[in-house]
Parts: sequence; structure tokens; C-alpha cells
Amino acid sequence: MSALTYKSPGSLDEAVNMLVAASGDAKLLAGGTDLLVQLRMGMIHPKMIIDIKKIPELTGIKEENGSYRIGASVSGAVLGEHAGMVGAWPGVVEALELIGSSQIQGRATMGGNLCNASPAADAVPAMIAADAVCTIAGPNGQREARVEDIVTGPGKTSLADGEMVVDFVFPARPACSGDAYLRFIPRTEMDIAVVGAGVSLTLDNAGVCTAARVALGAVAATQLVLEDGAAALIGSTLDGAAMEKLDAAARAACRPINDKRGTIEYRTKVAGVLTRRAAKIAQQRAEG
Amino acid sequence: MAKIHVTTTINGEPTEFLCEPQQTMLDVLRDELRLTGSKEGCGTGDCGACSVTVDGRLVCSCLMLGAEAEGVEVETIEGMADGDTLHPLQQKFLERAALQCGICTPGFLIAAKSLLEKNPDPSETEVRYWLAGNLCRCTGYDKIIRAVLECAADMRGASA
Amino acid sequence: MTMTSETKDYKWVGTSPVRPDGNDKVTGRAMFGADLMLPGMLVGKVLRSPHAHATIKSIDISKAEALPGVKAVITSDDVEDMESAWVAAGELQLNYRDLSYNVMANGKVLYDGHAVAAVAATSSAIANAALDLIDVDYEVLPHVIDVEEALEPDAPILHDDMFTEGVTPTPDKPSNVFKEFDIALGDVEAGFAKAHLIIERKFKSAPVHQGYLEPHAAVASFGEDGQAELWCCTQGHFSVRAYCAKLLGMDIADLRVTASEIGGGFGGKTTVYLEPVALMLSRKAGKPVRAVMTREDVFRASGPTSGATSWVKVGVTNDGKIVAGEAIFKYQAGAFAGSPIGPGCMCAYAPYDIENVKVKGYDVVTNRPKVAAYRAPGAPISEHAVESVLDEIAKKLGMDPIELREKNAAREGTHAAYGPKFGPIGFADTLAAAKAHPHYSAPLGPNQGRGVASGFWFNIGGSSSATVNVNEDGTLALATGSPDIGGSRASMAIMAAETLGIDVTDVRPIVADTASLGYTFLTGGSRVTFATGMAVIEASKKIALELRERAAKTWDISVDAVVWEDGKATPAGANAGEFEPLSLADLAAKMNQTGGPISTAVSLNAEGAGPGFGTHICDVEVDRETGAVKILRYTAVQDCGQAIHKAYVEGQIQGGAVQGIGWALNEEYIYNDKGRLENAGFLDYRIPVASDLPMIDTVIVEVANPNHPYGVRGVGEVPIVPPMGTVANAIDSAIGIRMTELPMSPPKVLAALDNGS
Repeated sequence: MSALTYKSPGSLDEAVNMLVAASGDAKLLAGGTDLLVQLRMGMIHPKMIIDIKKIPELTGIKEENGSYRIGASVSGAVLGEHAGMVGAWPGVVEALELIGSSQIQGRATMGGNLCNASPAADAVPAMIAADAVCTIAGPNGQREARVEDIVTGPGKTSLADGEMVVDFVFPARPACSGDAYLRFIPRTEMDIAVVGAGVSLTLDNAGVCTAARVALGAVAATQLVLEDGAAALIGSTLDGAAMEKLDAAARAACRPINDKRGTIEYRTKVAGVLTRRAAKIAQQRAEG
Repeated sequence: MAKIHVTTTINGEPTEFLCEPQQTMLDVLRDELRLTGSKEGCGTGDCGACSVTVDGRLVCSCLMLGAEAEGVEVETIEGMADGDTLHPLQQKFLERAALQCGICTPGFLIAAKSLLEKNPDPSETEVRYWLAGNLCRCTGYDKIIRAVLECAADMRGASA
Repeated sequence: MTMTSETKDYKWVGTSPVRPDGNDKVTGRAMFGADLMLPGMLVGKVLRSPHAHATIKSIDISKAEALPGVKAVITSDDVEDMESAWVAAGELQLNYRDLSYNVMANGKVLYDGHAVAAVAATSSAIANAALDLIDVDYEVLPHVIDVEEALEPDAPILHDDMFTEGVTPTPDKPSNVFKEFDIALGDVEAGFAKAHLIIERKFKSAPVHQGYLEPHAAVASFGEDGQAELWCCTQGHFSVRAYCAKLLGMDIADLRVTASEIGGGFGGKTTVYLEPVALMLSRKAGKPVRAVMTREDVFRASGPTSGATSWVKVGVTNDGKIVAGEAIFKYQAGAFAGSPIGPGCMCAYAPYDIENVKVKGYDVVTNRPKVAAYRAPGAPISEHAVESVLDEIAKKLGMDPIELREKNAAREGTHAAYGPKFGPIGFADTLAAAKAHPHYSAPLGPNQGRGVASGFWFNIGGSSSATVNVNEDGTLALATGSPDIGGSRASMAIMAAETLGIDVTDVRPIVADTASLGYTFLTGGSRVTFATGMAVIEASKKIALELRERAAKTWDISVDAVVWEDGKATPAGANAGEFEPLSLADLAAKMNQTGGPISTAVSLNAEGAGPGFGTHICDVEVDRETGAVKILRYTAVQDCGQAIHKAYVEGQIQGGAVQGIGWALNEEYIYNDKGRLENAGFLDYRIPVASDLPMIDTVIVEVANPNHPYGVRGVGEVPIVPPMGTVANAIDSAIGIRMTELPMSPPKVLAALDNGS
């Protein structure tokens, strides 16, 4: 029988202390949409569950000179209602909102989606494309890390023992910027991504791309940052030739597996298709 | 293993219960509180039959620990009718035959109510996407979607 | 939209009153299988095999039994020995020994998920811990999942005593083929010799699950005197009683089964899994036991329908007349014999008037859960293949696909290839209605296509009982034994009210338990409105006669001089006008003075079920870069005979069509190379969600079945038969590619596009 305990700390320090004391036998509970499934399936056997939804630093959305600081426990539903974030980072918001159903959205969080570290996580490619930075609290104080450096493998993160993500900072947007996230699933909802593509870009007055970040999900053990993809976009007007290069870059970068959700061949092909389409949507948003 | 004592509000009623740490809110509703209207269709958040609202938010109760109910307000299907008056959605589902076996119906009603509170004038597409997390195997969804759209129109008309 | 062949002036038949059980279902009050709680109830859980095929060398339950809180542990040692014996069960056949071995593995496990032991404990956590303490020593054996692989000469053999039936001479070596099935009409060789065009194709389909939202659940309470009560979600509680009594070695009278509300069945709840286990646990523990399947258990261990390979060859002359139809179907039965190969073979060509037909079928066992009935068992698979080939033929001949079917349609008097001559049927009417429907001529855009396909199902009658009791205030208590899976209680009330000329809200229908009513065959085969309806109508007629006799007695005239009309007894003939008519309420108030309570029971075996036909139209749009198929528009036309409750008939059509769409596009079982099921949940077993679909438009054609007082035809199963062919034909119309493997999921469609196949 499990000797499970449930804790609900009211402060960040309390939470970190509990995590440290548990020496790796604790799991953080934000939305619970991954954690409870894993508990039920017997995939994990923690001794302690630390509910982090009552910690003020993790539950707010703050605008700071055009940048947004979003607590790690903010749910997709709450984020989707925030006009500022929706206006500045529609791709990030739509990525988080694609996870599961309306019910899942009532609970699921960016913090959970990132730290659960599924290769197919929906929010992560968009967060990487946005070059989001997370604040991490631990026994030695707080530090920052780029989101793209957090996931190190399926179910694995670069967080040290006793560390937890506090919030995410999305930088202020230059004018004429847009982002988008697309995923491919066999139905229209409720599936895990077969491929996910996040693109964020900035255009100049002539419609030439001056900055871009491209990230892929579900096609490798971790999310992929597509340097060649960004290079294909920067300096272009996202014309046919640039789209072909982007498609090729996406396909070349893929290292997917065959599993019940997709084959190597299929994922590779669709990665190219989605990256192109996401780039086009980001472009429309940047122009609009 | 000690049980957790939880103080919460369910359908407007102050409620206390004891639960084990790993028991989900769905387990608690059904086994401890005898509120069996919320159903377990999958236990993994894929079917929506266990839908409830927590502080007004639509969630799957199978993906929430009973312990997390502390200090929040939970609404279940048992609280949807007002005394002996059915909610317009409940009435509409009956009139429009929007249920066959009825096992998914509580979940759909809770989810649809949540939608109309947020968006009183949803399009068919919006209704379908909002309800995508509620599975139904009997109806093919047609009459459910029609009932929700018609009820939304009725409710807008009534409040106009 | 409804098209009637005859206009009748019914008061209730054909309307859509609110169902009498509806209030409880929209308030959460209705009690389904897992909702019952009894004092002292224990939690029952089942230990399941992690291997697809293995010998059980030993099972050690001692540590589980010793765990505090565990009150009973059972294995196959607790199950009665069964002789191998076949009985009818719905539209399929059942073998008791196989059933008992499926409920609890005996010496051998035959699929991932096969039950090997069960425990009853005071809590869920303790029951789960007890399962972990049961030591099973397996010797893993090679396994086989695919039907073609199971037919290979060196395939692992599941049953040493399986010598193929239907083959002469009987083989001397065991194989995985339980039986071969043949139907033949005329001479196909001669037929093909006359053909101007012959098309032959192979098809493959994956096993799919009925997908009911409610997992199997049962609560059993066994008394020390050997009497027991069972509460379970089932399509047939009389069948459950029979199966459980047999498996537990009980007299049938000692087991009382109550059917809870049922959260979907579609054929999958016409057998038993947990019910005998819950009873055995309760018997051993001396306490009530509730056993509920998890969703994972439902997928791993309850019967889906067959996966199959099909080969179809059709020959036509240039005018589109089918001169010969041949087919070979190989259906997976799962771990034990009994796939729906018979109905599959019989239905393949049933919609058409063909002189020369030859169909052969194989019932093949494989290491997966034993197949159970799924809505028109066998027919969707075989008819998908034939309807796909007909579509190709129409295209090659430059003929409209509906006109091709009209040219060959079975009509009244047609001699069906599977045996009988059809009475009045509505197939041609559905074709005409489809052709005339605005959907059929609506414009299509780029990458869009339109498909048409038809389908057939026999529908059955069978044994049903009903009681009608008049209450003292003139309201009626109506009891039948048919678990209500789609609103049938409402239809029963309608038929009783119509027959007696009273208000439908004055009739309160219930589903009675097995001790309270005569035998009633299970809810399946699209039989309830037809057969149980017939019993209800007969019982209502008897009540009407009794009421006339009471009026006659009251008036002291002959019963022949009393008519029952519009809910009243009225003097007629020589006595016309002599007395004020007496209503049901009037007569009920005095019934104890006029002879006693007015009640009746009817049991009958309904014959003359009317077969059903449907024709569906579907528009799709294909994303050529991803292979995703979107359903844009769907219209289902079906001959339903007289629709008793119009909205619930529409609901059957819509629900069946969507199950077929899921089967066509995304549903399948995925096994790994160890024979373990990888998608045992609704996340990766992908049934259609609301956003996948448009509205499903329905057209009800009503060609009355003359064998039923209200012209009823079964409606529930036909709608799942056409969709796979309809969608496949629509995809071909959109991208010019004939998909032959189901499901037609995006990777398959994209691969086909890229190969230009």
C-alpha cells in the first residue's frame, strides 16, 4: 500500500524545503493532468505529492514593460482569457490550449507540460520558439534558464534535485512580430501530437523576416530548435523558395521513432508541412 | 496511512469528508459522498464523463485529488437542477432526445453549462470543439449539439 | 425527414414524447452498473495475464489470501467444469466451456488481459495490493495475432482440440480454424463467363471495439442458502442468469438478476465477464462484491469485433447487371471460436438480386480477446468490401453508383443468396431517396469527393415477455424484460398507449428483473421494438378485452356488444347508446368489484422480423499533404418500417453511422510484437469526437413490416453497415485512390497519395 502523503505549501520556500526533504521521492502537482494518470497507471510511486497551486509566485500573470511573467501553475483556461498574452503570443497560448479537452484546459499548466518532459508536449515548441526564460527556485536560491535547455530526454529535465520552476518570462515583442503553433493529430482534438511545430518571427517594413525561431516537437527525444529553419526564414519574405528550404530543414532535423502514434516516415514528412504552415500563420499575424 | 480531512463546498452545501491521499475527486464523489451522477468512463481524462466544475472551471474530477477540494466550490450534476426545476439544458436534452443510454449525459450537461456561461452565443463549431472532451458513443453527437445550440438561443431570448 | 409508404393516423406512434426514464438520466439519479452500493460491499478486482499466449504452470494465492482486508481469492479451481456445448446468444452462438475459460483462464492464457485470478477486499487499495501478491508462473508460448498469420501451417496453435468443422474430411491435425462456412447460389463460373467486366480486390480491416462509455460492472450478493442476487449492466439479464447459473452450478431459480441502466452495449454486453467472478467472490467471502472493469480492462479483455481479410470478385455485364459475386472472408474470432463469419458471409451480397453467388468464410482463432457481437456482427466488414468493388465497377462503366445499385437491388420476392425470399422491403426506396436528396447533387470543391454505399441487416425476433397491470386510478404499470439501451421504454409506452387509446404519460414502463417476469431474450439483433413491442401490444390487447368484459358485466350485456375505442368501453351493436362510455380509470376504480385486479402477462416468440436496408452519402475533403480526411457532410437513408419513436429512430441511425465513420477512419487495435495491446484507452483508441463530425442528416423511409401490428422493422444495426464503404468511396472520389485497408488513417492515405497507388 502506498505511504503517500499530500502537502499543499503556501509559500515558495516551504515548497522547496519539502522537495529537498523528500530527496527525490516527491512529485509536484500543478494541474495534475499528467501526474494523476501516471499515478493511476502505476508508472510512478512517489511518497509525497506537493500541491503548488497555493503559492502566489506560481499563480499570477504579470505584464512588465511589454514582457509577460506567467506563473508555472497558471492553467491554460486562465491564460486563454488573458487578452495581453493572447495578443502578444497567440502561438504560445494556442499551443497550451491545444492540450486535451476543455476539461484538461481547466487544469493543465505550462509548468507541468514542460517538466513532464514528454517529447510530444504541445506548449514547449511554442515556448522555445518564443525564447521563453524560466525562473527556477531551489535550495541554493533562484536562477534562470532558457526553456529550450530544460528538457533533456523523455521524462527528464535539467532541474537539479530540490529545484522547481516558478514562472516563465516571455520577452517584449518588437513591432511586426507573430508566432504560431500547429500540431498534427489524426482526429481534430484529444490526441497526443504526432508532430508539433512552433514558429516565432519578426518582419521589417518591407515584409522581410529579420528574426525567427523555429522549434519542433514529437519528432525526437526532446524538442528540436531548428537553427537551419530559422536561417531559411531570416532575410526572406517567406516566399516559395524559403518555404522549401524550411520544409527541408525540418525534415532533415527530425529524429522520430515509430510508435503507435506515427511512423518515422510520416512524422518526417508532416514535420515539413506543418513548419511551413506555422510559418505562414506567424507571418500573417506579424503583418496583421 | 492517515486519511486526509477535507472541508469544501459541494453544490452549495458545506461538506466534509475523509479521503486517502491517492483518491481522486471522482472516487470521493462516488464512494464517499454517494454522488454517483459523475461517472468513470476512463479514469484518465479522455472521456469527460466525470466532468464537474471547481470554482467555476470545467475539469475532469478523475484528474483531481480529493485532497485538492479543500476550500473550493465544486458543482456536480446533482446540483444542476434548481430544486425541482430542471436547468434549461437538462430540459432541452430531454425534449430533443439528446441522450440514448445516458451515461455521458451528466458530463455533457456540466460541460455545456460551463460553455454557455462563458459564451452565450457559440457557433456550431465552437460548441463541437468545446465538447470534444466529452465522448458519446450512442448519439453521434448530432442531437446533443443541436440541443445545446437551441438552448443557447432560448436562454439568450429569455434574458433579452 | 420521413417518407411513409402508407399514411396512418396514429396518436402516439411516430411522435417523440419525452422518455419516461429521461429525468433520472439528466439529473444523475439513474443507477448504472457501478452505482449500486450495498452494506458491507467488498471491492472485487481481476488479475490479468500480461502475456498473449502462455501456459499457467502454477498460481500461488497464499500471500494474497493472507493480506489483511482480503476476504476471498479465486482462480479457475473455483469454477465448475464445463462440457463443450453451443447455445444461441443474440445473433451469435456461445460455447459454455469456452465461456468459462474466458471468464477465468484454465491452464492457459490466450491473450494479453486474460483473467487468471480475482480477489475481493475491503478497499480498492487493498484489492490492488492483493493482486500484486498473487504469483503466477507462466511459460510464455509463441503467439499469433494476424488472421493470415494464424492460417500459416507453422502458426502457433491455440487449441489442441480444434479440428476444423465444415471441411470434409475432418482434418487430423489441429489448426486455428474453428470452422469453414459456405453459401452458394447458382453457378459463379458460368456467371463470370458472361461478364463483360470483372473486378476483384482484397481488403483488410482491423479489430474495433464497441466503445461503450460504461465499463462492465456487476454487484453480486450471495446468501449462505445458495440464493444470490446480481445487479449488472447488461443487454440481457435473462441470458446473464443462464450463463452465471451454469458457470456456478446453480439452479436458475436461485439467481435473481436485475439489469441496471446500461451505458452502452452495442452487442458487447451480451455475454459475461465479471458477473460470474463477482458471484464466485461473493459466495466465497459471504459478503456482497462489486467488480468494475477499468477502461484498460475493457480494451484488453472484453470482446471487440473481428479484424479480417476479405477477397471479393464481382462480374457485371455492360448494362451494370451483376452476373456473379464471389468472396472469401477470414474473420478473427479472438481467443475462442465464434467470430460472426456466418452473418458476414450471408450479408455480403444480400442487398442484391444476383443469380450466382459463392461466399466462403473462415472462423479463425488468434491471441486476442474473444470477439463479441458489435452492431450487425460481421456485416460491416463484408459489405464494406462488396460496396467498394461496386463503386469501382460503377466508375469503370461510367454509371452513377446509385443507379448501379438500383439496377441490381433486391426487392419484394427476390431470392436472397443466403436463403429466404424477401417480403416487402425498402432498399430501392432508400436508393431513390438518396438519389433525390439535395446532398447528392450539391457542388463539391477541390480535394473533395462524394461516396455512396448501401447496407443490409436481417434483424431478429425471438422470445419476449410483457406484463401490463392496471392501477386503481387507471394508470398502467408496464413491465418488460428488455434492458433499455436507446430509449425503448418510451417505445413500449407508445405502443401500449396506442393500442389502448390512452395517454402515453399514463403508462409507466419498467424493466423488470428475472424473478418478476417471463423469459426475455436479450436486447440485440434490433429486436426490442419488434419482438418485445409485439408482446406489449398483445398484452395491451388482452387488457382491452378484459376491460370490455368488465364493462359488459357492469352493464349486464354481452361482451360482443362492447367495443374498446379511444381509451373507453362503449356499448355497440344492439346496445349502442344505452350507456355512457366507461374510461380505463372508471373501470379500474371498480375492478375489485367486477372480478378482481386487471392484469395480464404475455410471452411469445416473435417471428417475421423485417430486414433493414440503408443507403448513405458522404462528402469528404482530403488534405493531400497530411492524408487527413475530414467528413464534410453525411446523409443516412434507412428503411425503418414504421418508426415508433421518431427521434430515437433518428438517434439509432446517427449513432450507428458515426461508429462506422470511426471504424472507417481511425479505430483499430494496436499490438506490439509481444502481442500486448498498446492502445488500451480512449487516448489512443480513437473514437470520433464531436469536433470530427458534421451533423448527421437522416431520412427515414417507412416500408411497413406486415408481420408487426405497427409495421415495425428493427433499426439499430443497419446504420453501421454502409459507412466504411461510403467513406472509402468518398475518398476515392476525392483523390482517385481506392483505399483497401481500414482504418483509412492519415499515414495510410498519405502513403497512398505519395505512391500514386
